[in-house]
Amino acid sequence: MTSFVRGAVRRPWRLAAEASALLIAVIVAFPLYWMVLSAFKPAGEIESTEPRPWTLDPSLDSFRRVFGQQEFGRYFLNSVVVAVTVVVVSALIAFLAATAVTRFRFRFRTTLLIMFLIAQMVPVEALTIPLFFLMRDFGQLNTLGSLILPHIAFSLPFAIWMLRGFVKAVPEALEEAAYIDGASRTRFLWQILFPLVFPGLVATSVFSFISTWNDFLFAKSFIISDTSQSTLPMALLVFFKPDENDWGGIMAASTVMTIPVLVFFVLVQRRLVSGLGGAVKD
Amino acid sequence: MYLAPALVVLAGLLVYPVYQLGLISFLEYTQAQVSGGEPTTFQGFGNYATLFADGQFWQVLLTTVLFAAACVVSTLAVGCALAVLLTRVRAVPRLALMLAALGAWATPAITGSTVWMFLFDPDFGPVNKVFGLGDFSWTYGRYSAFALVLLEVVWCSFPFVMVTVYAGIKAVPAEVLEAAALDGASQWRMWRSVLAPMLRPILTVVTVQSVIWDFKVFTQIYVMTGGGGIAGQNLVLNVYAYQKAFASSQYSLGSAIGVVMLLILLAVTLVYLRLLRRQGEEL
Repeated sequence: MTSFVRGAVRRPWRLAAEASALLIAVIVAFPLYWMVLSAFKPAGEIESTEPRPWTLDPSLDSFRRVFGQQEFGRYFLNSVVVAVTVVVVSALIAFLAATAVTRFRFRFRTTLLIMFLIAQMVPVEALTIPLFFLMRDFGQLNTLGSLILPHIAFSLPFAIWMLRGFVKAVPEALEEAAYIDGASRTRFLWQILFPLVFPGLVATSVFSFISTWNDFLFAKSFIISDTSQSTLPMALLVFFKPDENDWGGIMAASTVMTIPVLVFFVLVQRRLVSGLGGAVKD
Repeated sequence: MYLAPALVVLAGLLVYPVYQLGLISFLEYTQAQVSGGEPTTFQGFGNYATLFADGQFWQVLLTTVLFAAACVVSTLAVGCALAVLLTRVRAVPRLALMLAALGAWATPAITGSTVWMFLFDPDFGPVNKVFGLGDFSWTYGRYSAFALVLLEVVWCSFPFVMVTVYAGIKAVPAEVLEAAALDGASQWRMWRSVLAPMLRPILTVVTVQSVIWDFKVFTQIYVMTGGGGIAGQNLVLNVYAYQKAFASSQYSLGSAIGVVMLLILLAVTLVYLRLLRRQGEEL
């Protein structure tokens, strides 16, 4: 590959390509830069008709407004609780299920796999209606449970689908060796297979984390009256007012909401790319 | 036995709601029935008849298809072009572009939407300033609002295409390309006859994923156009269903729209499965 690329591309072309790559990188990163910048700008500069791409006296006013908002800490905590629960529970369930569909042959295996694939296509938003009634019947409206349960269900199919590749990559000989050495099935599952598949679990969990963390539809629909059970996106929407949007507050709240995802992403970035490669190849 | 927890969760929270969705779409179900004031009555295909007789539904359906198609094509074009660009540059620009793309990828849809709205704000946004557009409001006009949402959608979804396709190009063995070069293949020939067929499975996956994601765009439209734009000019099926159900309490009409969406996506899935089969993949 390298010889093909390096040999064929002449120098001026490569410089042009590199210059455009850098330019595009700047353009792509610009919205995020602007978000963080605006969050730190003092009020007068945000609502100025002469927007400048820098600020000379950064202020924490907007962040103060965000954190000073009634129960903002509560919203943040709720978001964390929901996201972490969903990630852990769905990872464990998906691990068991992925092991089952790759290691055992049973009658409806292919049918089941196709079902998992189809389940990914289900538009979450359309199911808000029946889920709303389901949650009402179980008295789960206005509780965090109404957010956790559907998200586990919606992240499972993709997680199972993706983990399959990782479980498959563990040689079967290892399993036989473990049994010969007298390990029980449970022991093999948790002490040998689990650590080996763990990187894949991390990559998979990015997706469930992001979809849960970002969700505002369920939060908007299922948490109707009890605002103490609300999550971060709702705290963000508070700053949108019919006549005058508080852009400083919006940008600061957006920054607070984006940072955890960014950190998570950077941490698992390499595993994610190889995980995607694996999922695509299978 | 290992499957039990997964099956219980999926049956309870995915299969059962889908069944309910279908059921509600055949019933008369509005505020009166929700509160128990009136008994639910079976409507047969009545809701669907209402829906199909409604001019707005067809318009929204057409808009959804066109908008999703525009998103998919732009995302794939940008993603693939940048993936090729990545193979042509040295480490530093490559890392810069990768990091920027990961940042865009990781940004939650809702914060991405708010930031893009602010960038294109008629009063305080830098974009109008730079391009000298004065106080042109992007969300006022139908097409400019869709253009803005399209830009945001492409921004947050091209990284997936770029990273995947780039990984795919890197995975092509060097010997194959060397052999082609020795046989005197030109650059163009190399792309068309060697790389394109080898990348086909990956391209299929990213295309189908993009179709599924872009057909279901919700957050961006909902946030950026304030729930479907002025007089519903920016509605797509997803938002339309939600508004019908939760804003005007016509739960059964909303469900019927949901069923229509489900069927369309199911058709896409079947095409996808057939493509996989033809490539001789074993599930």
